[in-house]
Amino acid sequence: MGDSRRHLLAVGDLAREDAERILDTARALERSLDREVKKLPTLRGRLVVNLFYESSTRTLSSFELAAKRLSADTMVLRAVGSSVDKGESLRDTALTLAAYDPDVIVIRHPHIGAPRLVAAATDARVVNAGDGKHQHPTQALLDLHTIRDALGRLEGVSVAIVGDVLHSRVARSLVEALVLVGAEPVLVAPPTLLPRGIEAIGAAVSHTVDVVADVDVVYVLRMQAERMEAAYVPSLREYTALYGITPDRVRPGQVVMHPGPMNRGVEIDARVADSGASLVTEQVRSGLVVRMAVLYDLLTAPGLHVAAVPELEVA
Amino acid sequence: MLSSRNGRADSLTLRAHVLDPVSGLDGPAAVTVEEGVVTAVESVAAAPEGLLLAPAFVDPHVHLRVPGREDEETIASGTAAAAAGGYCAIVAMPNTDPVVDTAPVLQALVESAREEAVIPTGFTAAISKGQRGQELTEMAELARAGAIAFTDDGRPVASAGLMRRALAYSAVADRPLALHCEEPTLSQGGQMHEGEVAAALGLAGWPSVAESLMVERDLALAAYEGRPVHLQHLSARESVAAVRRARHAGVRVSAEASPHHLCATDELVRTLDANVKMNPPLRTEDDRRALVDGLLDGTIDCIATDHAPHARHEKDVPFEEAPFGVTGLETAFAALNTFLVRTREVPLATVLERLSAGPARALGLPVPAIAVGEPANLVLLDLGAEWTVREDGFRSRSANSWLLGRTLVGAVVKTVAAGRVVFAA
Repeated sequence: MGDSRRHLLAVGDLAREDAERILDTARALERSLDREVKKLPTLRGRLVVNLFYESSTRTLSSFELAAKRLSADTMVLRAVGSSVDKGESLRDTALTLAAYDPDVIVIRHPHIGAPRLVAAATDARVVNAGDGKHQHPTQALLDLHTIRDALGRLEGVSVAIVGDVLHSRVARSLVEALVLVGAEPVLVAPPTLLPRGIEAIGAAVSHTVDVVADVDVVYVLRMQAERMEAAYVPSLREYTALYGITPDRVRPGQVVMHPGPMNRGVEIDARVADSGASLVTEQVRSGLVVRMAVLYDLLTAPGLHVAAVPELEVA
Repeated sequence: MLSSRNGRADSLTLRAHVLDPVSGLDGPAAVTVEEGVVTAVESVAAAPEGLLLAPAFVDPHVHLRVPGREDEETIASGTAAAAAGGYCAIVAMPNTDPVVDTAPVLQALVESAREEAVIPTGFTAAISKGQRGQELTEMAELARAGAIAFTDDGRPVASAGLMRRALAYSAVADRPLALHCEEPTLSQGGQMHEGEVAAALGLAGWPSVAESLMVERDLALAAYEGRPVHLQHLSARESVAAVRRARHAGVRVSAEASPHHLCATDELVRTLDANVKMNPPLRTEDDRRALVDGLLDGTIDCIATDHAPHARHEKDVPFEEAPFGVTGLETAFAALNTFLVRTREVPLATVLERLSAGPARALGLPVPAIAVGEPANLVLLDLGAEWTVREDGFRSRSANSWLLGRTLVGAVVKTVAAGRVVFAA
């Protein structure tokens, strides 16, 4: 109550106009990247802390560069080799950071709800850079930006999300974001890699890869070797045969996306990954401008539509 | 079998609407207690508005955390919490550190209870040594030392072979087995009920079938060995159906449900508040209704809190890092009254019976009753009193209640346990 700070903890925090405003900002910022001097003075004097409890070269470097391009001061705290290793609780780490009065804390954590806990424990705006299998909202926004750039629209675009949905925060966030902007997601996976009841978040579900032929965008999820140990699939070989995105499964006019890092030859054939249909590099570039837009939006735009963080009982 | 500290029996007269499903009383009356024994129950023309007198409650499932985690609860604090919740007897679980798996550990607890326990307290012992599911404990000696029942609560017995031997051998100890039904290879890693909410949140599921499959196994083994079983904290529709079928088929089975499973669903987990993380997890509205139906027709004959205190720093972490369990002794009646009785889902008399006579019968304890000559085990309730559950309002050493911040209707005014006033608001 009375908390006017805004956060980006989950796609569910965003109304459609919030998502569209951030995407429009990203498009405007994109133009600045074509200049010789790419730095903007917008967030000069602001402090952005990247608090990373999981290794993630891709997301961390994207947030670092986004903050730097907006002239913010940045600081990286990694869980490895820090007080976290000495058993410090997330709450205590957050309180320690709060002493530096950061404007934004970007957090990546292996467990759901960690960003919310940090939001409740500090006065900073908090951006969720991935919490467990729960949410990765900036990934979803950068994917929307990439699709809009490639196809010129979002409304009515059909997207097949293929692979390990069960363990994927990317899939969950992306489905919610696609539904938010009027696109049509369908999840494609063996039944063992689909959470029971996932239809409730608004996606169609298919157990066969055939449906990929009917969509505008083929979004490939990373398949991890350790999934075999718990018998989610019998072998990578069979997974690739049934669900791998090979050239014969991509028709002309379709685009292919992947959040990275890719396992070439497993979920995606190298020929597809390197083809003109692949938007993988565009996704990385979108990541930078979308994260710039998110930081800009949280610190400067009037936040009439973004929900304040709900009160959490942490006393 | 039940122990508490010594003290003088009290004498008092209580005037209220008396509702006792055991003796059949239902009307305004004055109940006189002299030196701890009910000496008169006299009808009166009228009783104070909103006050109800009932047999005090019996909780078959409490974690007192002693020995090992005295920072979370002690026999003194846990029984004080129980007294404040209207209980005249509680039974503690053996998943402590060390586990209650030998007579000396159990005897030490009984002696502590004689020093500290505010209300009569019983102790259970483990089914398997160290609750490791490998070898049986010395059940006969543990029974002689006072074990009320045997349970590996918290660490379900995975091996069907060991469960069968435990059931057969429990005849020697002449005590029931109390079973936490969970098929560990199905629930492994599970954080909450497997369903739409878990799918949306990305939390690993603890599916209903992990419970009901084990309920079916244990009922089949109990039928085969001809032994009674008490099933703990049921949460799934399929489990209730299995108990109903088994009882019709002649299996001696009693079953618990907790106030949180009877009153709440997995929708609460969307808050990611670690105080709604418990094992078994909150399930769907469909499961909740099946539990309520079971309570109504007696398939579920006990309401058990599964009071599970946890230190604040252990719950003040991201959901997946938090331990399972919530406290319940001090909120049980108010929660049931607020969410089941006042909504007319369950009659008050049914709730009172399942909180008192039901669990007492299930574990072979004295059944509290309001009748001349009986020891005074009474709870005086104010059915209309509103109060807000607050972290600083507990007698328990822990405050990990799923009801923090909620306003409930119905409060315990006075508790008399074994003839002594143990709580007065």
